[in-house]
Amino acid sequence: MSEVRKGKKTVLVACGTGIATSTVVSDAIEKMAKENNIQIEIVQCKVTEVPAYESRASLLVTTTIVSKTYPFPIINARAFLTGIGLDKLKERILEELKK
Amino acid sequence: MSNVNFDETLVLKNIEGENSSDILNYMAKNLYNKGFVKVSYADAVIAREKKFATGLPTEGYGVAIPHTDIEHVNQSAISVGILKNPVDFGIMGEETEKTPVKLVFMLAMHDSHSQLKMLQSLMGIFQDEEVLRYLANEESEVKIKEEVSKRLNLNHVKGGE
Repeated sequence: MSEVRKGKKTVLVACGTGIATSTVVSDAIEKMAKENNIQIEIVQCKVTEVPAYESRASLLVTTTIVSKTYPFPIINARAFLTGIGLDKLKERILEELKK
Repeated sequence: MSNVNFDETLVLKNIEGENSSDILNYMAKNLYNKGFVKVSYADAVIAREKKFATGLPTEGYGVAIPHTDIEHVNQSAISVGILKNPVDFGIMGEETEKTPVKLVFMLAMHDSHSQLKMLQSLMGIFQDEEVLRYLANEESEVKIKEEVSKRLNLNHVKGGE
């Protein structure tokens, strides 16, 4: 990246409708950030709305398939729903938030 | 806060179908007959499931949480379907992978943020093998309703907070 980002990171949380699973995932990430004293801005949206935030986002956490490529990492958040592989997922997200 | 409609008539046992669309159609029609969703809901939930699958492999029985945009919903409600034989659903977030689903929690959501606690509790069910086994095998719709209501905290005591 040519530009150094300062301040809050913007984390996009997306699902198909932007109403169900992304609500649960947003809350989980918000808690994680608080626990680790990391300031972030969370934007909850439909996966089809992600392009609108492309320029300001640092990370996309999603429960659905993302067919487009973006300049930021994309993390699958299904473990927040099923509990399977949750520790690993949290570690991965935290790593990105701390960057 | 959470006005989510749910009673034993929204618990459907021994559902049979060739595929996930059959199951969704059956459950959606029931929600429509009770007035909780619009006539467009059934097709919308089936279309959305094809595009954004909602099957979730768990440690116990596979589950799915089909839902669609709020414009197809009249009143928030949840319907629980227990399939006679598991039917394959696409796995959420995967391109082609499927998982056999025994329990379907169909969500008719009228708004999102106020339902956070209920959704979190629902995920809690998915992470509790014992509860999943109970729901999959219990014969009485009323008992299933009571268990789910308790887990999702849908029974609000009058005068409570």
